[in-house]
Formats: sequence, C-alpha cells, structure tokens
Amino acid sequence: MNAVAVEGVWKYYGDFPALRGINLEVAPGACLALLGRNGAGKTTLLRIIAGFSRPGRGSVRIEGVDAREAATRSRIGVLGHGISLYDELSALENLALFGRLYNLPDPKKAALEWLERTGLERVRNGLVREFSRGMRQRLAVARAFLHNPPVLLLDEPFTALDDRAIAVLQTLLREALQRGSTILMSTHQLREALELATHVALLSRGRLAHHGERTPEMLADPGWLYTHYGEA
Amino acid sequence: MTGFLRQTLVIAHKDLRAELRTKEAINASFSFALVILLLFSFAFDPSAEELRLISGGLLWIVFAFAGALILNRSFARELPNDCLDALVGSPVSRAALLLGKSLANFALLMAVEFVCFPVFGIFYNVRWTTQFWPLMLVLALGTWGLTIVGTMFSALTVNIRLREVMLPLLVYPLMIPGLMAAMQLSSHLIAGNPLAGDILVWLRLLVAFDVIFTALALALIETVLVG
Repeated sequence: MNAVAVEGVWKYYGDFPALRGINLEVAPGACLALLGRNGAGKTTLLRIIAGFSRPGRGSVRIEGVDAREAATRSRIGVLGHGISLYDELSALENLALFGRLYNLPDPKKAALEWLERTGLERVRNGLVREFSRGMRQRLAVARAFLHNPPVLLLDEPFTALDDRAIAVLQTLLREALQRGSTILMSTHQLREALELATHVALLSRGRLAHHGERTPEMLADPGWLYTHYGEA
Repeated sequence: MTGFLRQTLVIAHKDLRAELRTKEAINASFSFALVILLLFSFAFDPSAEELRLISGGLLWIVFAFAGALILNRSFARELPNDCLDALVGSPVSRAALLLGKSLANFALLMAVEFVCFPVFGIFYNVRWTTQFWPLMLVLALGTWGLTIVGTMFSALTVNIRLREVMLPLLVYPLMIPGLMAAMQLSSHLIAGNPLAGDILVWLRLLVAFDVIFTALALALIETVLVG
C-alpha cells in the first residue's frame, strides 16, 4: 500500500484549473521533492493531500484511507507557508496545545523535548510574537514533528531558515526517513531538497511533467530537471 | 465522548487564554455595551412604565451588537500565521472545534452581560434582581443561541474581506425568533413577574431555538470549514 496516493486530482479556482488530472503515488519511507515554478500548483496539491481543501475531481488516500478522516489527520504532520502558531501564546504553550490536540500522552514533556531539539528551550516561555522569523520557523518545524507523524507534508520548509536551522531541519528529516516516515516536500531550494529526496516530481502549469527516482544528474545539476522536463 | 469533551475544552481554553492576553474583543465589547447603555439613558429618560416595556429589547439589542464584536474575532483570530489550517489539519473533530469556540465566546459575552446589568440598574433606576435566577436562565439561553449561531457564521465569513459587516447581516435575521423570546422573557422578569403562565411559551421557543440551531451548526461545520 502506498503512503500517499493521488488519483486524477483536478482543482479549479473559478474557471482556472490549478491542477489538471494529477496522478501521484509515494511509497512508504520515500522522500519526494515536489518541484515546479511559482504557480505550478505545488501548494494547492499539498493542501489537498493535507485535507485542507477538497479537490474538484479525483481522490487522495493516505495509507489507504481518505485524507480527511480524523484518524488519518493524526498521522500527518504539515508545515505550510504560515507557521500555524499563536502569536499571543508562548512557545511552550503553543506546542503543548498541539500536543493535546494530537492526544499525546504527555503533551508538556513532548513540547519541552522538541523545544530542546530545535534550540528554543531558553525562550520556551517567550511569546511567539516576540520571536525572530528564524525562531518562529524553527518552532513551526517542532509543531509539525511533535507527534512523530508517519507522513510529513512540507511546503517550502527551508524558507527563512538560517544555515544552522537548515542543518537542524535536514537532521530531523533524515531521522524521520530512518524511522520509515514518508516525506513530501515542495521547495525552490533544489540543492537542499535533492540531497534528501529519493524521488522527484515536477509540476508544470498544474500538470505532472515528471515523476521518478532522483538521479545523479539531478544532484550534480539541480536545474537539470527544469531543462529536460520543465517550461522553457 | 470523553475525547470529544476534552478537545472542546482544549479549544475553549486556548481561545480564552489568547483573548485574555490581548483583550482585543472583550475591551471593545465592554466599551461598546456601556456606551450604548449610557447614551440610551441620557437620550430617552424613559418612565417606569415605558421601561417595563422596553427593558428586554434595550438590553438584548446591546448584547447582540456587543456580541458581534466578540464573535467576529472568533475565527478571525485563526487567520494570522494560518492557524486555522493547523486546527483543521489536526485530528480534532470539527464539531468540537465549533463547540469549543462557542463556549469561549459564551463565557466572554456572559462576562460583558454581567457588567451591563448593574450599569443598567443604576442608570435606569431599575431593581432587576427581583427574579434573579430565572433572569440568569434566560440570559444563559439567549446568549447560547447568539453565540452558537454567531460562531458558526464567524467560520463561514472568516475568509470574506467584509466579514465585520457580513456577520451581523447574516446572524441578526436568523436570530429574530431567539432574540424576540429573550426580549419578551427579560422584560417580563425585570418587571418582577414570575416565570409562569403564558410567558412560558417564549421560554419553550428559546429552548427550541437553541436546540435546533446547535444541532444544525454541529452538523454543518465540517462543510463550512473544508467545503
């Protein structure tokens, strides 16, 4: 059974088809880099897979179950464009809140562990609105990983991170892959993504232009995929 | 059921904590309610008989408008940083999400109303405590009707640019039966009459309104949030 199965997904914004018949399968334990120019449909596809948005046509299944079932939602970790954290709550309160929402046995302990792992334990009682952009992004990473989800959906996860934070995120992603988690990651930072990816999918104007294993050519020249399969 | 209740309380607690830190909605709502009560008292100076007739209407109009300020913030609070996505993407039942937010709004609006009653009593020279507990029952039932309908429409209008205008436009027409019942009952009780006889028809209407709209809101929230 595939970890993620997208079948014939179309999505319209008004009359404009943002996604045109996407078929995509991701095996358990794979790391898929979802690439494409701005407006290609990457975020729309990730939002549909995460269950935030309903496709116009087609279906999405996570580990064989409808993506919008409550049981499925607890098996997904999402890191989107927004950090999805409350500015008026502290870092610890935010993570403990999501720990409770995900029914973790000891939400506060899990929150403290992840604050330490992301280097934010010193500011655990600081309000999120007082954090720098990089700190907010690290806290968002902690929120997405908090419940150790088997499927991770990451929308441009390296954006706004400094070198140290990128290294922390890459370590966390490698650990997740070693645990057997499945990762779907959209990004414009090709080098960082391709270092981790086992598979690559390229979206072009709402269509799946390419889907396959990551090859040595891609790693040597991150622009190779766009040259061969993308738009001019 | 325990899990559902726990999720509901987690959401309610989160909303109350966030609101009490910023005090954005409750300060605006308090100020608005007090100003309207004071302005009405200076503008009309009603006699005891006129007051007996209009007290319920006056109070519930103030509560409804002050409540809109709280209700508007309910889902709008989730927009910065895309927090609504995180809530919708979590395993929390959407019905628990709505109920938790409604409970938080209910607590905030009740707090505003508790302050309004003594102010009303002083400025309009009314002994409103004669039927205190029946009046509290009506207050709770009316406020629940307002918050469950208002919170539902707060979710519906959260992505609309003119949501501050749209929310009252959508909520008030639907609230007419509930508000009418609450107004009639409040006027009756503030005048010192007991909750008995013909007036019970309005109480039944208010209870039915709450039950029907709570059930409808819980059934429809999934469609409203995810489409």
